[in-house]
Amino acid sequence: MSFLELKDLRIHFPTDDGLVKSVDGLSFSLERGKTLGIVGESGSGKSVTSLGILGLHKGGRAQIGGEIWLDGEELVAADAEHVRTLRGKKMAMIFQDPLSAMHPFYTVGAQIIEAYRIHNDVSKKVARKHAIEMLGRVGIPQPDRRVDSYPHEFSGGMRQRAMIAMALSCDPELLIADEPTTALDVTVQAQILDLMRDLQRDFNAALIIITHDLGVVAELSDDILVMYGGKCVEYGTAEDIFERPEHPYTWGLLGSMPRLDRERTERLLPIKGSPPSLINVPSGCAFHPRCVFEDRTAGKGSSLVPELVETEGGHLVRCHLPRDQRRSIWENEIKPNLEAS
Amino acid sequence: MSEPLLSVQGLEKHFPVTKGLLQRQVAAVKAVDGVSFEVRKGETLGLVGESGCGKTTTGRLITRLIEPTGGKIVFEGNDITHMSQGKMRPLRRDVQMIFQDPYSSLNPRHTVGAIVGAPFRIQGIKTEQGVKKAVQDILELVGLNPEHYNRYPHEFSGGQRQRIGIARTLALKPKLIIADEPVSALDVSIQAQVVNLLEDLQNELDLTYVVIAHDLSVVRHISDRVAVMYLGKLVELADRKSLYESPMHPYTNALLSAVPIPDPKRRVERERIRLQGDVPSPLNPPPACRFHTRCWKAQEICKTVEPPLQKLAPGHEVACHFPENAPAAAAEAAPAAV
Amino acid sequence: MVTYIIRRLIWAVVMLSIVSIITFGIFFLVPRLAGATPEDLAARYVGRTATEQQVKLAAEQLGFNDPLIVQYGRFAKGIVAGADYNNGPSVEHCPAPCFGYSFRTRLPVWPDLLDRLPVTISLAIGAAVIWVIAGVATGVVSALRRGSFFDRAAMGVALAGVSLPIFFTGMVSLVLFSYGLHITAPGNVYTPFLTNPLTWAYDLLLPWITLAFLYAANYARLTRAGMLETMNEDYIRTARAKGLAERTVVLKHGLRGALTPILTIFGLDFGLLLGGAVLTESTYSLPGIGKYAIDAIGYQDLPQVMGVVLVAAFFVVFANLVVDLLYAVVDPRVRLV
Repeated sequence: MSFLELKDLRIHFPTDDGLVKSVDGLSFSLERGKTLGIVGESGSGKSVTSLGILGLHKGGRAQIGGEIWLDGEELVAADAEHVRTLRGKKMAMIFQDPLSAMHPFYTVGAQIIEAYRIHNDVSKKVARKHAIEMLGRVGIPQPDRRVDSYPHEFSGGMRQRAMIAMALSCDPELLIADEPTTALDVTVQAQILDLMRDLQRDFNAALIIITHDLGVVAELSDDILVMYGGKCVEYGTAEDIFERPEHPYTWGLLGSMPRLDRERTERLLPIKGSPPSLINVPSGCAFHPRCVFEDRTAGKGSSLVPELVETEGGHLVRCHLPRDQRRSIWENEIKPNLEAS
Repeated sequence: MSEPLLSVQGLEKHFPVTKGLLQRQVAAVKAVDGVSFEVRKGETLGLVGESGCGKTTTGRLITRLIEPTGGKIVFEGNDITHMSQGKMRPLRRDVQMIFQDPYSSLNPRHTVGAIVGAPFRIQGIKTEQGVKKAVQDILELVGLNPEHYNRYPHEFSGGQRQRIGIARTLALKPKLIIADEPVSALDVSIQAQVVNLLEDLQNELDLTYVVIAHDLSVVRHISDRVAVMYLGKLVELADRKSLYESPMHPYTNALLSAVPIPDPKRRVERERIRLQGDVPSPLNPPPACRFHTRCWKAQEICKTVEPPLQKLAPGHEVACHFPENAPAAAAEAAPAAV
Repeated sequence: MVTYIIRRLIWAVVMLSIVSIITFGIFFLVPRLAGATPEDLAARYVGRTATEQQVKLAAEQLGFNDPLIVQYGRFAKGIVAGADYNNGPSVEHCPAPCFGYSFRTRLPVWPDLLDRLPVTISLAIGAAVIWVIAGVATGVVSALRRGSFFDRAAMGVALAGVSLPIFFTGMVSLVLFSYGLHITAPGNVYTPFLTNPLTWAYDLLLPWITLAFLYAANYARLTRAGMLETMNEDYIRTARAKGLAERTVVLKHGLRGALTPILTIFGLDFGLLLGGAVLTESTYSLPGIGKYAIDAIGYQDLPQVMGVVLVAAFFVVFANLVVDLLYAVVDPRVRLV
C-alpha cells in the first residue's frame, strides 16, 4: 500500500438547494518524496479534497464516504480527535493567501511556536528556538528578529515563507499546498516554488499541490490529476498530461492558456461555457455540455457517466471516446493548433 | 505609425504620508513617478509589473478617477490633466474602464439591463429604438443572450459577469478602454474566452486598449506594445516581439524567467534568473535606478545616477545603464551617455 | 505613540472646553436671549425671600452684569484654578475644580460629586463585569450553535433585554426578589466597599443584574455576529489545520478576532455609565451621580447640573481615548499616528 491512498472518496454537503457533491468518487495514491499536482477550476472539488484529507470536514454537515489511508491508517472512519493529533504533525497544509491565513493579532513566531507545541511537549523557549531555526531554513533573513514580527509586517513572499515554516515545523510526512503562489508576484512565486522543491527533497515528504495554474504544476509535479465537477477526469505523469493528454477538458485547459515558451498563437482556444455548479452537475459526463467532441460519443455523453479507464502505464482517462480516436484527435486536431502556424 | 490617441508625459502621483502632532507631510508614496508613454489609435498597450509598481494607479490617473500630482495627460490633442468634472463629461464617454473583479464591480440590486443601460441615462443619450434595444444589441455583441436583460448579476457565472462589465463599458462606443486585470479573477478556461472577446471587439469596433495585468503570458497574447513598470517607473517599453524575444532591462528578463513554463521536460534544463527578496516599499524606494537592490548587474553608477528611458533600438526604449540584448553601439553608448 | 497620546489629550481638552462652553451657553446665554435680566438669574441664588436690594447685590457679586465672555472666563478659571467668593464680610475659597455652590445646600458642588462617584463607579464596574462575561459567553455559544434551541432562546431573551426599559425590569425584579423573595437588598442602601465588601456586593447585586441585563443582551448579539464572521476567516482554518483543539481555536483564535468591535462599544458604554446610570440609580434610589443629576435638574440647581454634565463629558472623552489606545494593544495592525 502506498503512503497515501484515497479510495472512492466522497464528500457531499446537504444544502437547501440540494446535495452538493463536491468530491464524488476520487481515488489516487502518492508515495513519500513524490509530488502530485491537482488541477481544476473553481468548484472542481480540489480544495474540498485537501481539507477532506486533513479531516477538517469531520463533525460538520459534510457526508463523507470512501477511504483515506495515510501510512497504513484509515482516516475517514477514524475518531475525529485522533485525526486532529495527526493534523499539523503527520500532515500539514499551506494555504493560498498567507495574509488572511495567519492570525493578524499574533506574531509569526507565536503562531509557529503554537503549532510546534501542540505536538511536541517542550518549553516555550525550546519551541521558540525551533521557530527561529525554521524561519531561517525557509530563507527569512534575521530570523531571530523577525520571529517577533506580526504577519502584516512581512511582505507577501516572506509571509508565505513563514506559512511554510509553520507547516513544516513538526516535520510532516504529507504536505498539502493549496494554491500556494496564486496571491504572489511572479518573481516571488518563482522563489517559493524553488523553496518548496528544495524543502520537499530535504524533508522527503509527500507533496500535493493544488492549483489552477498549469505552469506551476508542470514545475513541481511528478504526477498530475485533473479534476472536473468533483471527479478525476484524467490522471497521469506530468509528461502524460502535457505531451499525450487524452481528455477533451485537458485539451481545453491547454488551449486556453497563452504560453511564453512557444511562438504566440493568433487565437486562444477556450472551452465554451462555464464550469458547472456542483448542485446541478450535468447528467452523464459532467463535461459534455462544454465538450466539442460530444457528438462523437453517440449520445452516451449526456446519459452515461464514463468510467476512469487506464489507457496505458498508469495513465487514466474518464472519457467516452475510444482510445484510438482520442489519440488521433490530439495528434491531428488539437496539438497542431496549440502551436503557432 | 498612426497618431497617438493618448499621450502621457511625466505622469506623477504622490500620496502624502503625514506624521507628528501637526500631521505634517513627512514623505510621499511615489506610486507613479514620472511615467511617459503614448497609446496609438487601434493598438493595445500592455502595462505589466508586480504589486506596488503603480500600474493600477496609472490606469486610474488616465481615466481621471484620481487626480495626478504632476505631469500631463493628453487625449486626442486635449490636455485633460486637470480638466473639471463638468468638462470631462463628454470625454468620459470616450474613455472607459473594465475592472478586475466581476463580483464587486456590478451593483447586485440592478438588472443587467439597468447596469448596461446606465451610461445611456447618465450621459442623456437618445437611441433610435430605445435604450432597451441598444442594450440588447450590446449584450449580443459580448456573447450574452439579449433575453438576459431583466436578470440580476448573481444569476451569472464569473465569466458572464465580466462580459456584463465589458458590455457596460461598450455602451457609449468609447475610443479608449483601460482594462485593469480584466481576466485575473476568472477561471483558466474563461480567461481565454474573455481574451478572445476583447480581441474581437477591438477589431469590430476599432477600439484602443490599455491592458493592465501581472500575467506576462496574457499580456504577450493581447498586446501590440508592452510597458514594464517597476516601483512607479517605466523601465522598458517596446513592441511585443522585441520585448519578449530580446528584453533589454534585467528586470524584464527576470520577470520572464520567473514565469512557470507548462512543460515538465523543460524544468530541468531551463536557465533561470532568480531575483532575491521582494519588491522594496514604494514609500522608500532605492535611489537612482530603483532596481539596483535586486539587480545582478548593478554597479556603482546604478546607485548614484538614475538611468533615463532611452531608445536603444527602433521602437524599444529602456531605462538601464547596462542593458542586455542591446545593439552593440547602443550598449556601449548607454553608460557613457549619462 | 507618545505624540499620538499628546495629540489626543489636546483634543480631549478642546472637546471638554467645547462642552463647557455649550453648557455655559445653555444656562447663561440662552436665558439672556430669552429676555432674562441679571437680576432674574441672581434671584435663584439668593432664594425667594430676598429683597430686590439683596438680589441686585447678589447679581453684582456673582458678576452677572459683566460681559458673558468675562463670566465664562471666571467659570473656566474656577474649574482650573479654583475661585474666591466674596460674601461681604468674609472671602470663601472654593478650591479647584470649582463648579460653584449649590443653590439649595449652599455647599460646593465638587465635594458632593466626589461623594457620589464611588456609588456610580461601583455600580458600573460590577454591572460591566457581569454583562461582559454573560454577554460574550452567550454570544460565543450562540454563534457556535447557530440555529440551535439555545441560540434562538438566547437571542429571544437578548431582544427582550435590549427593548425592556430599566425602570420596568428594575421594578419587576425589586418586587420579585427583594419584596417578595427577600433574597436581595430592597434598594435605597449603599455600603462603601471599604466598610464591608460583602454588604457592598449584596446591596448592589440587584442593580448590577438589572443594568447588566440591558447591556449583556446587546453584547451577546454583537459577539454572536462577530464570532460568526471570524469563524469563517482563513486563519481559523489554519488554526484547525495545525491540529489545535477546537476549544483553543474558538477562544484563542476566534474570540480574539471578534473582540475588537466589542471593545469599542464597551469603552463608550462604560464611559457613559460613569457619568451616571440615571435610570438604575433612581429606580433603586442609589446615591450616585445619576441620582444627583436627576435631583439637580428637578430643583433647577444650575451649578450642580453643570458639574454633572462636565464630569460625565470628561468620562466619555477619557473612555474614548483609553479605547483607542487599547485598540493598538489588541490589534497590532493599528498604528497610532
